[in-house]
Amino acid sequence: MRRQLLPALRMTIALIVLLGLAYPLAMTGVAQTLFRTKADGSLISRNGAVVGSSLIGQAFAAPQYFHPRPSAAGTNGYDATASGASNLGPTNPTLEQTVADRAKAYRTENGLPAGTPVPVDAVTASASGLDPAISVANADLQAPRVARARTMTVEQVLTLVKAHTASRPLGILGEPSVNVLELNLALDEAH
Amino acid sequence: MSAAAWAQVAIVVVALAVAAPLLGRYLARVYGGGAAPGDRIFGPVERLIYRVCGIDPEGEQHWKVYAYSLLAFSFVSLLILYAQVRLQGHLPLNPDHFKGMPPVLAFNTAVSFLTNTNWQNYAGESTAAQLTQMAGFAFHNFVSAAAGAAVGVALVRGLIRRRTGNLGNFWVDLTRTCTRVLLPIAIVGALFFVSQGVVQNFHAARTVTTVEGATQTLPGGPVASQEVIKEAGQNGGGPYNANSSHPFENPNPLSNGVQIFLILLIPFSFPFAYGRMVGDRKQGYVVVATMFVLWLGTSLAIMAFETAPSPVLAQAGASQAATATQSGGNMEGKEVRFGAASCGLFAGSTTGTSTGAVNCAHDSLTPLAGGTVLLNIMFGEVDPGGTGSGLYGMLVFALLAVFIAGLMVGRTPEYLGKKIQAAEMKLVVVYILAVPLAILTFSAASVLLKAALGSIFNPGPHGLSEVVYAFTSQANNNGSAFAGLNGNTTWYNITGGIAMLIGRFFLMIPVLAIAGSLARKQPVPPSAGTFPTGSKLFFGLLLGVVILVVGLTYFPVLALGPIVEHLVGHFHV
Repeated sequence: MRRQLLPALRMTIALIVLLGLAYPLAMTGVAQTLFRTKADGSLISRNGAVVGSSLIGQAFAAPQYFHPRPSAAGTNGYDATASGASNLGPTNPTLEQTVADRAKAYRTENGLPAGTPVPVDAVTASASGLDPAISVANADLQAPRVARARTMTVEQVLTLVKAHTASRPLGILGEPSVNVLELNLALDEAH
Repeated sequence: MSAAAWAQVAIVVVALAVAAPLLGRYLARVYGGGAAPGDRIFGPVERLIYRVCGIDPEGEQHWKVYAYSLLAFSFVSLLILYAQVRLQGHLPLNPDHFKGMPPVLAFNTAVSFLTNTNWQNYAGESTAAQLTQMAGFAFHNFVSAAAGAAVGVALVRGLIRRRTGNLGNFWVDLTRTCTRVLLPIAIVGALFFVSQGVVQNFHAARTVTTVEGATQTLPGGPVASQEVIKEAGQNGGGPYNANSSHPFENPNPLSNGVQIFLILLIPFSFPFAYGRMVGDRKQGYVVVATMFVLWLGTSLAIMAFETAPSPVLAQAGASQAATATQSGGNMEGKEVRFGAASCGLFAGSTTGTSTGAVNCAHDSLTPLAGGTVLLNIMFGEVDPGGTGSGLYGMLVFALLAVFIAGLMVGRTPEYLGKKIQAAEMKLVVVYILAVPLAILTFSAASVLLKAALGSIFNPGPHGLSEVVYAFTSQANNNGSAFAGLNGNTTWYNITGGIAMLIGRFFLMIPVLAIAGSLARKQPVPPSAGTFPTGSKLFFGLLLGVVILVVGLTYFPVLALGPIVEHLVGHFHV
């Protein structure tokens, strides 16, 4: 084996140069030329200041905004330096309690009668903790609250929801989703 | 399951049915020894590499020299990666000023990327410098896959060749896999991913003020170039902690579909190459059919379990019905843009291959789905497995299958005309037993040791599943996790590292020894008593052997973990 150590060392260095340095540097160069905005993280600006990324969810609590999903990233949620899920097991009593509490809070917030089933995405934490989207069902239930807080009609709000709903690529991949940050910025713009 | 969910499976199957035979034909020529497509482009690069490294590309290696080369390369590149992660605080391209990893974490991490496992006891966005990610982790994503391909190809040569001890040249197989297979796929895939929103930059993390006035710090990094090889080489180690559920790694359902395709593409292509290389394509079809049935069955099962309502979430007041306005199902630990069905397909694919990337949190899967992903890894990464490693894993099962068939009729078994005798069967047994022994021993020790028990996050049978999953994933070089378990302790870092080394080299070295032993044999002409290994009957036998061997080995521990949990959750027993 000792005879193979020198070629092993040389091969490691040669392939690090090719695959570990030249390849990512070249890809960065091309990406920055062709898709600069996306390569830099799809940042969104308002009045000249960057307010976030259209791909990364952020916290919203005020009634005039659509609220994102619960987040397990960091202590307060939506911490993009600590992406991750709750990792609560499917039969963990804490999961049942947490979801029940969230469902109760969601109903109170949106004026729904006690016991109304709540869209599952509204009461569960996402995998990344940074989910930028909510389901259409979730947005539909929040729309009256948002409309009230903004003195808009529910129809006006739902029109904006529709405009910020991404459908399934090719008609079959993934699920339709409503981008919360983009929708809230559009609401501020409209009203 | 919705019509869209079924259509999603169908489109992946169709894409693979078109691409895998074509790539298989190309692979057969890359490893076949003669002229190959693209010689004019790749030839000069490869000759430069051989010259710089002092390698004679025509030099044939005996199986032992081939194995020594693999071990020497692994040893040297392991040391360099260990130094990289320890010293990253003093190296360039570290805009976020991350410090070096402590020794036990550095050991686990370096072994993890060396062995194609990509188990991560750290969170990328708060721990790993950009230079470490690209010149350490992503580099190993290429070469660990290429080393797997080399061993797979060496085994095929052992079956083809006669009266020689030589299996080819490890350095040539390693280099050609990188330049001709992985790098072209990576270049195209990386640019596609950037076009979808995967980041590719060298910025430090950027702090912004959000709409409601809070602050949020968005990470940067050369992510797309790593993302593509993470999937295409069945590595699975995400630049960020949330892996393929992170929007900067996997921004939309289209990028998600492409990731699933890339995970499966090369492993499903190798059996087609195998059939061509041995001159009997039916041999390849039997292997690919066995892989396909296991992958499809487990993936559909996970999709069905996850799209069905979870009783706990229903109890808590969540509406989980699939309607026009929501995907429904068990959405804990899942992303809205993917939904429960895409998660199931991804989970089946990432655990059937040795990938281990995740687009949803496996720890929060329903008990039966969690049990299925665990079982999928326990199959030993053969449905369809990793680059090259899926093929050699399934061929070892094929040797076991012909042996069992031979026992039934009292005849010395043959595979492709090569007599399978005591020497080969001993090595097959080492291969089959090494991994379960590591998993079950380390898991048992972990539930006995107080210090190790403290790492468990979820109570009850699920806690046992977390521990078993950790060692199953590491010993099978998968790398996905029931991530509630805190693996960043001295005990888990060291035992996990050992499990990964066993799962890599206690399989690769026996495979090379089998290849060496087979290469020396003179094939016997087929007779009336020869078991036809290119037949439907053999497909059934092979499938049965995989399920029986794995089922008998692991059923008790699966019963104590996921199965008990399912019963508890369903019947409140």
